[in-house]
Amino acid sequence: MIKIEHLYKDYSKDIKVLKDISFTFEDGKTYAIIGSSGGGKSTLIRCLNMLEVPSEGTITLDGVVVNDPKTDLTRVREKMGMVFQNFNLFAHMDAKKNVAYALMKVKHMSKEDAYAKAKEMLEKVGMGHRTDSFPHQLSGGEKQRVAIARALAMEPEILLCDEPTSALDPEMTTEVLKVLKGLSHTGLTMIVVTHEMAFAKEVADYILYMDQGQILECSTPDVFFTHAKSERARQFVSNML
Amino acid sequence: MRFSIERLVQWAPYILEGLGVIIGLSLICALIGVIVGVLCAFLKKKKGIGWLIRAYIDFFRGTPVFFQLYFFYFGLPALIPGFPTDRWIYATVVFGLNSGAYLAEVMRAGIEGIDKGQIEAAKALGVSQKDIIKDIILNQAIRSVLPALFNEFIALTKETSVVSVLGVNDMMKRYSFVVAKTYSPIEPLVVIGIGYLCLNKVLSFIGQRLERKLAYD
Repeated sequence: MIKIEHLYKDYSKDIKVLKDISFTFEDGKTYAIIGSSGGGKSTLIRCLNMLEVPSEGTITLDGVVVNDPKTDLTRVREKMGMVFQNFNLFAHMDAKKNVAYALMKVKHMSKEDAYAKAKEMLEKVGMGHRTDSFPHQLSGGEKQRVAIARALAMEPEILLCDEPTSALDPEMTTEVLKVLKGLSHTGLTMIVVTHEMAFAKEVADYILYMDQGQILECSTPDVFFTHAKSERARQFVSNML
Repeated sequence: MRFSIERLVQWAPYILEGLGVIIGLSLICALIGVIVGVLCAFLKKKKGIGWLIRAYIDFFRGTPVFFQLYFFYFGLPALIPGFPTDRWIYATVVFGLNSGAYLAEVMRAGIEGIDKGQIEAAKALGVSQKDIIKDIILNQAIRSVLPALFNEFIALTKETSVVSVLGVNDMMKRYSFVVAKTYSPIEPLVVIGIGYLCLNKVLSFIGQRLERKLAYD
């Protein structure tokens, strides 16, 4: 469970990205965060694993305050996998090493075990045939699937996805969303920042609508897409459909 | 005076011993240079110590190495009595630091070229700062600056010929000795030229092989 209380993030005095956000992510649920660009969606999930340091407020993961300087971030980050818009694969490592690297360095697995696990995870995302390929030899969709395997290999409780398909063409988007859909409701908590409305509608348990640094509403997809509570969310939905 | 093969064969071993001096000195200085260069590349932007690093780089890139040798070897002991006077120490320190100043800039370019996303991905996986620097940043930075790195190594083997001014027995120092004995400059010059060319041909060959080998993990 991730509990966010009165979270603020300012980049400067004038640029306030998150304004007093309080929210609780329940275990095992899938959340889609949607909203116009610049609304603070990415900043919010980047605060969860401290890639961005919040200016004020607290984030608590299973009773541990994530943004306390005394907290061991490695333990926190082990529980939270992350998938990025631009994949961010290690360019000098092949697919299996991309997955195995953190298993060896963070989980201290032996080389044999780490590579065996890497192959297993790559199989799981349909990349079993490309384990020896380097990132530059893979298509965008394939890179993102390797990146998902890399995050999942660490056996996280939570998977953060920061616009996982925004850099992909429609065909590749479908293959990546298929993988993400297969992961939802398997015990993993998923928090997905996305512009894919069909995916949000079909897969998410809850939709968080963010605008100007605030969560304006959190509803089930049924409610959100038919009669959203706020005027701005209704406007957003009608522009989308 | 005519070119004489006999004289060349007679004096070549003596002069080539000086090549060993250059190789030894260059190796130690290259090692110092890489370590100092990498450290400076990281520390240059740090508050508190950054200005000192920038001043160091300015001094060693802004003055000739000939001046630097004189400054340290003659200048410092005159200024501070009791300073050690071993010429090897000065040669090693000056060339090592000189090389470090150039390599600091080379390494900085390599480090800045690393995609920030990969560093974030490693952080998000829980990889420690130490491992990120070693496996993600330096590992890729060194690959990308390898050609520039070997450029600097090659320049170093040639610049070290200046140590003869401190009386270190390198090839140029041995040249003066041989000419004083035989009154013939051409044979030692041929030996020295070939010596340097071969040394740097080998160096650039190693550089190319390494580049190919390190292209990917």
